[in-house]
Amino acid sequence: MPVSVLLILGMGAAVGFISGLFGIGGGFLMTPLLIFLGIPPAVAVATQSAQIVASSTTSVLGALRRNALDHKLGAILVAGGFVGSALGVWFFAAARRAGQLDLVIVVSYVTLFTIVGSLMLKESIREFWHRRKGGTVRLRRKAGEHAPYLGWPLRMRFYRSKLYVSVIPILGLSLFIGFAGALLGIGGGFIVVPALLYIFRVPTTVVVGTSQFQIVCTTLVALILHAVTNQAVDMVLAILLIVGGVFGAQFGARMGRHLRAELFRFLLAILLLAVGLRFGLELVLQPEEPFSISVQEVRP
Amino acid sequence: MRALGLLLLLWAGLAPARAETLITSLSNHRVLINSNYTGTEIAVFGAIERDAQTVARATAFDVVVTVRGPRQFLTVREKERLGPVWINQEQQKFPSVPAYISVMTSRPITEITSVQLRQRQKIGLTALVNSNDFTTDRNGADRPFRDALYRLKAQEGLYLEDERGVTFLTPDIFRAGIPLPATAPPGNYDVEVTLFADTVILARTTTNFELVKTGFEEQVGVIARDWSLFYGLATAVIAIFFGWLANVIFRRD
Repeated sequence: MPVSVLLILGMGAAVGFISGLFGIGGGFLMTPLLIFLGIPPAVAVATQSAQIVASSTTSVLGALRRNALDHKLGAILVAGGFVGSALGVWFFAAARRAGQLDLVIVVSYVTLFTIVGSLMLKESIREFWHRRKGGTVRLRRKAGEHAPYLGWPLRMRFYRSKLYVSVIPILGLSLFIGFAGALLGIGGGFIVVPALLYIFRVPTTVVVGTSQFQIVCTTLVALILHAVTNQAVDMVLAILLIVGGVFGAQFGARMGRHLRAELFRFLLAILLLAVGLRFGLELVLQPEEPFSISVQEVRP
Repeated sequence: MRALGLLLLLWAGLAPARAETLITSLSNHRVLINSNYTGTEIAVFGAIERDAQTVARATAFDVVVTVRGPRQFLTVREKERLGPVWINQEQQKFPSVPAYISVMTSRPITEITSVQLRQRQKIGLTALVNSNDFTTDRNGADRPFRDALYRLKAQEGLYLEDERGVTFLTPDIFRAGIPLPATAPPGNYDVEVTLFADTVILARTTTNFELVKTGFEEQVGVIARDWSLFYGLATAVIAIFFGWLANVIFRRD
């Protein structure tokens, strides 16, 4: 692949910086960038998962040291994530065989980013408005007031997270994240963290560590499955992305401590919407070259 | 190079006599390329030997050199509009096509021989791409896909035609350079040399060379293909190692 090494390193650092700034994985930015650069979507998605493994390993180790991890909740999330990951890789291979992988990836990105981006934008604008009027920033919902699906059967007690909820919605969430992660080359932190925080009301102290634990485990499985089933992992590209990302993220994190939370969310929402829009355009605009060749098999 | 030409001449003199005999030789039968390879060229030398009984021809000889690379199974897809979006719809399979084709001629191919003969004998890139063994005929529906394959491969520099690619050093000795771009895949390459005079084929020889990739990147590629589980695990270990390293270096507490 004739792509400049310095460009990849620089991009890795820039995305790492942004991910450190927002405290997110950065896969959702890096994979689209790689695709826009002309790297085949299959390779971009599969290789990016290696970078996610590296960055979440860093945060899981940090969380372990601070004991900011709910092992039981993490294990349940990982169980669902494994199944989701395997399904995602299988779906990825099937779509690739049918010649529609690019379409699947682009459509999923557009959908996911538009939904999550607009939700975040709405939230941050409302928050901003409240603060302007001098009202309370966020109304904490009262205890005992739960969404009905949290009371489904198979309830389990999670002491660290101060939770007593049904396993089914947790498994469902992690299944979805595993699936989306394997298919799109994202860790899914930007979905898991808000979901755990706002839907399950997991205490903020363990949310990030636990979600990163799930991400590192499921992405690890996705990475190996991608290498075996799709042979789309590029080790050299992965190392470049990791090296760039690791350093960028540290500087981003340092910078992030001086940024205000709602400004954070607003910027992130704009970022998500922009990437979604860029993908949407690709889908709608008439392609310059409607034909494409794909190599099914090589006979040396 | 000149010495090789002379050698060929000598050899041509010793060859058994027929009306017209074609003798060809490649400068190399094995091309080794490494990861910072930017393309190379292989030379084909040829000599035309005429026995004592054959009268000299009024017209000059023409030579067509056709090089075919290793075979690939390709699918060409066409994006079409479906509602507001463009998606891959129609497709055409090309079960066994050369990954690389180059045709070098001593003169524009249209001047060398007739359309019928070109099509029947598969002389020239257009005739090759339009031949029946490339893909199945679908009453003209296959045409845009054949054209697209030609166009896309030509953009990559893998399908090429050079109408001045063969040079006659003397009326009986010629030379052609086969360009091999960096994107040329490893494998066996067949070189077919056809001798024409007055639009008729007089002789044909075939020979081949092998393109072998060496170096780090190729090695990695082989491991990724043949040892995919090991490759995946190794990548995972590297990723975890870097993650751990970052944690140690940038420890904040």
